[in-house]
Amino acid sequence: MSEKGHHPAPLSPVEQRVAALEALLTERGLVPEGFIEEITRRYESEIGPLNGAKVVARAWVDPGYKERLLADGTAAIAELGFGGPEGDHMVVVENTPAVHNVIVCTLCSCYPWPVLGLPPSWYKDPPYRARMVREPRALLAEMGCPLPGDAEIRVWDSSAEVRYLVLPQRPPETEGMTEAELAGLVTRDSMIGVARL
Amino acid sequence: MTTGGPADRVVPMDGIHDLGGRQGFGTVAHSPAEPVFPDQWQATARGLMEVVACAVDASGGEFRHSIERMDPGHYLTSSYYEHWLTGAATLAVEHGLVTHAELEARAGGRFPLSGPVLAPRVADAGPGVGEPRFGPGDRVRVRDWHPPGHTRCPGYVRGKAGTVVRVDGSYSVPDVEAHGAARRHEPTYSVRFDATDLWHDGQHGVSVHVDLWDSYLEPA
Repeated sequence: MSEKGHHPAPLSPVEQRVAALEALLTERGLVPEGFIEEITRRYESEIGPLNGAKVVARAWVDPGYKERLLADGTAAIAELGFGGPEGDHMVVVENTPAVHNVIVCTLCSCYPWPVLGLPPSWYKDPPYRARMVREPRALLAEMGCPLPGDAEIRVWDSSAEVRYLVLPQRPPETEGMTEAELAGLVTRDSMIGVARL
Repeated sequence: MTTGGPADRVVPMDGIHDLGGRQGFGTVAHSPAEPVFPDQWQATARGLMEVVACAVDASGGEFRHSIERMDPGHYLTSSYYEHWLTGAATLAVEHGLVTHAELEARAGGRFPLSGPVLAPRVADAGPGVGEPRFGPGDRVRVRDWHPPGHTRCPGYVRGKAGTVVRVDGSYSVPDVEAHGAARRHEPTYSVRFDATDLWHDGQHGVSVHVDLWDSYLEPA
């Protein structure tokens, strides 16, 4: 906040650097008019975990769809109209009472954009990337997702072109719910594998 | 400390970004939901990387490597989109779109860039791999080598043996595409490693799956 109340807050050093690069690239004619606004809008409103929730809910109510989803994730997800960058080669891994899956990208931040949106900060920061491959049981418990001692844990490090989506278990006592109501139960974290429903 | 020839020099590490299994980072700052872009500058930084990558026709490998070459201290103490900004500015300078001096003059202060590319340019990509050498169930071992340039072979699986669980399509090898216009395509595999084979304190019933290009692997 400005002391005079009518000036914008001074730019932080990183904001000054962003502004510098933006100004220089714009002066060279490299930034199309409205480009920044357009990609901001696209990432904020067109993709996100609601898409993945629809995929999961469909798999819960339609055994044929679930079979197709596990056999060819990319094609089955495309049936619902979702696809594109960072979603061209999708593999869906299914949680069961005996097996828990969780996804990570130790090298950067690979994540299935079309179904989950852009990754949250914690997914991109060092602690999660360092620890999930080394001590997943302890880290999951720490993140509020304790698993039974005999549950098998499968960690998927997205190190090449495939992007992963976890198919969480359908919660108990949801038999009468509609597909749309079920989609409302599905969280981003359950599709990363750091939460159970 | 000796200052002999190249043979005395430890080959630089692959990059601070290769974080799998490292210790000492503490707890995960988890939140169940957050804005996609908390501030405008993050969205702008993301957009500028797209602008630069398009203008210089950067491959995915070259883009990632521009971030991986950041000074380790800067990498670990800056946020994700500062990484993108630093990578974008580095590529812009390296490809002659802007100069470092211009950036610092305009920013009114220091504008740290990533370090130089240490790997030689790849002029000849060599022959691609057509048919997958391995299939599901095959035992493989990850080559234990430390390339000076970009790679998508995480350090924590080098030298380790695992089992192929899935054969995926054929994709451009990042180690090649990051260092020039040449391209080589190879199959990738999802390889399952038992945690007990990765870590001395790895737990039974835990497996880690890593997706690896054909040339990263040898028969076990």
